[in-house]
Formats: sequence, C-alpha cells, structure tokens
Amino acid sequence: MAEATEAAASMVTPDMVERKGVWSEVRTSPPVAVSDIRKWAIAVYWPEQPPRLFWDEAYAVTTRWGGIIAPQDFNPFAWPVERPTMGGPPARGAGASQGGPRHVMNGGQSDTYGVPIRPGDVIASRSRLRDWEERPTRLGETLFVFNENEWTNQAGDLVKLRVSTTIRY
Amino acid sequence: MAVNVHFEDVSVGDQLPAWSRRTDLMSWNRFAAVNDEFVPIHMDDEAGRAAMNEAGAFGMGNLRYAYILNALRDWIGDEGEIREVGCQFRAINQKGDVLTVTGTVTECRLQDGENRVHLDVNVLNQDGAATCPGHAIVVLPSRAS
Repeated sequence: MAEATEAAASMVTPDMVERKGVWSEVRTSPPVAVSDIRKWAIAVYWPEQPPRLFWDEAYAVTTRWGGIIAPQDFNPFAWPVERPTMGGPPARGAGASQGGPRHVMNGGQSDTYGVPIRPGDVIASRSRLRDWEERPTRLGETLFVFNENEWTNQAGDLVKLRVSTTIRY
Repeated sequence: MAVNVHFEDVSVGDQLPAWSRRTDLMSWNRFAAVNDEFVPIHMDDEAGRAAMNEAGAFGMGNLRYAYILNALRDWIGDEGEIREVGCQFRAINQKGDVLTVTGTVTECRLQDGENRVHLDVNVLNQDGAATCPGHAIVVLPSRAS
C-alpha cells in the first residue's frame, strides 16, 4: 500500500522507466561544409571577426589541427530537409513525459569534447535517458532528469557527449 | 602556430580575459539563422511578453554558451583545446544587454597525459548579474613540448 502511495506521488512515469538507458536510433548529419563552419563562426562572434582557424584554410594548416575546424558549439544537424512532425529543434527530448509535473525548466548542460568537427565530416547522433533523481527542493518535490546525447564522426571518434538536465516540479 | 598561454604560466586564481558582446536582434537573428532556431520568443516582442518577459523578445541560452566557448578559445589560442564546458541558464538575456564572460582558474593538473586547467565560468550582464554559472576544462600546451 505504501508502495502504491509512493508511486502515485512520483513524477517518474512508466515510459521513463522503460526508456532508461536505451539509446535512440542513430541520426546522421549531412556532410559538413567549409561554408557552414564559416557562417556559424561569424554568427557567434558577431560583430567581430572570428578566429582564422574557423575560416582560413591557409592559416589553419599551420596549426596543430592541420586545417579548418568548427567552433565546438557548431551544430551539423541544423537545417534538415525532413522536418520532425511536431517541429522544433532536434534531439532535445529523451525523457519528456506527458502530464505529471506542472513546471519544466532547463537545468543546464555539460559537454565533454573529443575530436573537433572538420569540413567533410558526417556526424552521427544518438541519445538516451540516462537516469534521474527525485528529491525535495525549495520548489517542492523535484525531479531532475539527465539525458545524454552522443556525437561521433565517420571514423567512430567521439566528438561530443552532452548531458542535459531537465527539472520538473 | 602562436601559443597564447602555456600550462606553466597559469596559476589557480588567474582570471580569464574578459570577453564581451552587446546582444540584440542583430546577434540573435544571425544565430537563429545558422542554428535553424526560429523560436518566436527570440524574435518577437509579443511572444516574449506572452512568455512572461515584460521586455519582450529575449536571447538564446545557446548563444551565451557559445560566448563561453569563444572566450575560452580566445584565451587559449589555436594550439589549446577545450575539453569540457557546462553551465546553467539562470537569468534572461534582454535586448541590449552587454554580456561579459568571466572565468577563474580553480585547478591545474596533469591528467590522462593532458595539461588540464579547470575554471569556474559565468556570463555577467551589465548590472553584474550572473546569468550563466558553469565550469570549463581546457588543455594547454607545455613549454616542454
């Protein structure tokens, strides 16, 4: 009986329990173009000029990287031709649930970076609901949901592992 | 091949050179364009107010995150490497805000064969409000290598 009461009070859904630790299908990006990287760098450094490493191949070959690399927040999945039915940016959502908590907040993110993205790369992405923690906070009973999104390049090298935290209360 | 900073020259307590940008629709729209991030709250004052921000449209957390990376990249130079960055989005980036990335070195150590420097980072607005507290780890070249 106590178990039933506890389960009723929890914001953890059966769907979350089922999906915990299960990787999504892999999505792949279109090949990254030099121009994609240049435009991204200009946008995030606006209105100043971005570092030459992101757009000047003649310079970039003289660095340890041996050529142009992308800024580390570069998103190769932007501008897909086929759009998700519900719209919105990709790969946000493992762990989302219907109903339950009244409030949902972005609790932040932490990225671990491996090799940089380079022109010509094709990036593979998969995500999963890693785990969660439910505890009382000043917001009341609060559920912290941790999602992982992993990017690898065509050689299988890790590019980025993002852990995102969603707060529900 | 210029090296901005060597591992041996960094100490706990050192400050990241301040990195600032004034943000408004000129920067937000450009970021929306490259990231395909066309969300009404970042483009339209009416949508921003409907989302309970009285001042109207407001900036993307992802752009503030990019500013942290940019500040780190400008400090470490092209021979350094950014290994980890994490942050929380605490306050809204209002139109016309001047955002400044700050950072303080908290640890320097050799780990997994890398010269790693750990930092606490943040993005402050012109009023000194901390909008984006977080951490970073960068890898710096050594004078010995």
